[in-house]
Amino acid sequence: MNAVGKIKPNARPFYQKYTASQLKDALRKMYLIRRFEEGAEEAYMRGLIHGTMHLSIGQEGSAVGATMALRNTDYITSTHRGHGHCIGKGADPKLMFAEFFGKEEGYCRGRGGSMHIADVSTGNLGANGIVGGGLPIAVGAALAIKKQKRDDVAMCFFGDGASNEGAFHEALNMASVWKLPVVFVCENNKYGMSVSTERSMAVANVADRAAAYAMPGVIVDGNAIADVEEAIAEAIARARRGEGPTLVECKTYRTRGHSRSDRNRYRTKEEIEEWKARDPIPHFEAELMAHGLATAAEVTAIRESAEAEIAAGIEFARLGTDPNPSEVTRDVYSNEAA
Amino acid sequence: MSVRELTYAQAIQEALAQAMDADPSVFLMGEDIGVYGGAFQVTGDLVHRYGEDRVMDAPISELGQAGVAVGAALAGCRPVLEFQFSDFATLAMEQIVNQAAKLRFMLGGKVNVPLVMRFPAGSGTGAAAQHSQSLDAWLAHVPGLKVIQPSTPADVKGMLLAAIDDPDPVMVFEHKLLYKMKGEVPEEPYRIPIGKAHVAREGRDVTVVATSIMVHKSLEAAATLASEGIDVEVIDLRTLRPIDTATIIDSVKKTSRLACVYEGVKTLGIGAEISARIAESEAFDYLDAPILRLGGAESPIPYNPELEKAAVPQVPGIIEGLRNLVRGRM
Repeated sequence: MNAVGKIKPNARPFYQKYTASQLKDALRKMYLIRRFEEGAEEAYMRGLIHGTMHLSIGQEGSAVGATMALRNTDYITSTHRGHGHCIGKGADPKLMFAEFFGKEEGYCRGRGGSMHIADVSTGNLGANGIVGGGLPIAVGAALAIKKQKRDDVAMCFFGDGASNEGAFHEALNMASVWKLPVVFVCENNKYGMSVSTERSMAVANVADRAAAYAMPGVIVDGNAIADVEEAIAEAIARARRGEGPTLVECKTYRTRGHSRSDRNRYRTKEEIEEWKARDPIPHFEAELMAHGLATAAEVTAIRESAEAEIAAGIEFARLGTDPNPSEVTRDVYSNEAA
Repeated sequence: MSVRELTYAQAIQEALAQAMDADPSVFLMGEDIGVYGGAFQVTGDLVHRYGEDRVMDAPISELGQAGVAVGAALAGCRPVLEFQFSDFATLAMEQIVNQAAKLRFMLGGKVNVPLVMRFPAGSGTGAAAQHSQSLDAWLAHVPGLKVIQPSTPADVKGMLLAAIDDPDPVMVFEHKLLYKMKGEVPEEPYRIPIGKAHVAREGRDVTVVATSIMVHKSLEAAATLASEGIDVEVIDLRTLRPIDTATIIDSVKKTSRLACVYEGVKTLGIGAEISARIAESEAFDYLDAPILRLGGAESPIPYNPELEKAAVPQVPGIIEGLRNLVRGRM
């Protein structure tokens, strides 16, 4: 079955339907995301990049778990905290770093930066700087899928904060009324910037809101990749069958602040430490080893290979081409005459 | 090509039908555009001819619809979204301004957003302040959007077909009082390029740059002034973004006088931009008089019919303004 040994027949579906190599690739993606963001943070500290960024450190389980069952032709819409979704869907970290560094080689030719990084060739319709901005866009992409009679899906990532936007209501209602193939993936990391879900939501769970749109609302441990993937796989299958959208809420946590300006005044050190102890990466490593799907040496090799790729990506980005200031209006329109 | 008389609304409907005939990726979406036929009967019976999948009634969710249009456009469709009133663009500004206009740029030119949004606009129907605005200049302020304001049945058909072909988001402002206006419209599909103004009347003494219904009011004023020996050139701007500056400059160099006539609020409206462009151009040296702007009042559109008329330029005011401009009585 795999390099290490046979998977137990009573193992959960997640460990049965993927090969050991696919599962190890998922671990590698989680490491790529973690190290990408740590590398970006360090580059920022050293003054190599400017602007701001929103790190998803601690949320890699939901990003990779949600995207594992997607095809290249499936779409995602992402968020301001979207590096993980981008890598999960298949983007190349070195081209993401080039974007971070504002270079022509970057995915957006240096025009988008952290908040808009997207590899369109893998079906990523864009990270989004507007909270809730991607929700109706995903519904539109799903409408196109239906019109084109494809069995692809549109996966919409959003946070707990976005579920308080009007766009959330409009998007989920339309997706359900028209039975569109959307998978709404809420990464509930407990805070919309500094305001907790307890202080901003009238219900306990974002998934509780699914009932208002007559769609399934599922809650999973977002730090357990197997939990995420299994729930999402079911939602994807439902969407592909033409049965309409599902809302999956991944309970997770960002251990870093909201953005560069965050001084962590709204949460306790204890809370952060408690969630760090539930880090999705060691959790997944332990499960892989317990199932005999990877050895400790393999896990180390995966981590080191991800680290090497990230280091090479930063070097690639540093040596990239700066955009020409005379081309500031390029790509505002398809034909430049406008 | 055979030519018949159609109303402005019929010309739009014909363009929509011909676009759907030619391209299966084109679909219509909006509020009550199906069996109801649209609030202004523009889509009429199209739902019976093209089905509910292509003439889609949507929930009253302007922000959501705009986002759906963006997403569908990104994924290979060519959506044409009808807003019931242009005022409701305010509900959808996030998707129009932050998403539709910017996605191509933000993603480094890797995507197109080929969508059309149609906005019934303007005053004169007694619908008061929230159903009568002219917000065209708002959207024309946003790089990434194209904004057109066709003033005749023939233009609206040709420009709408050009808009649906366009790879970028095009905002179409349709003055509600024009819907019943009749004019000759060729039957076959044809395109009128976005970004080209039209000299609706040639004249020697003063250039009027007008938009939408103000083109017709300006032409009416010009006819009266002709009897006084004042020869007015009327330019139908047709496109607010990108502006056809060259046509205006050429005209001003000929007439040496410029007036801008538009229904949107005068301050920071399209007339300000045209005035500035002339002031910045070689045509400035040709000016024999200050530039005149006749725009909407600095107020919301009122309900009372006399107040409503007073809130936007009318023919007598245009005649007086142009007469004073030409006779040097500014």
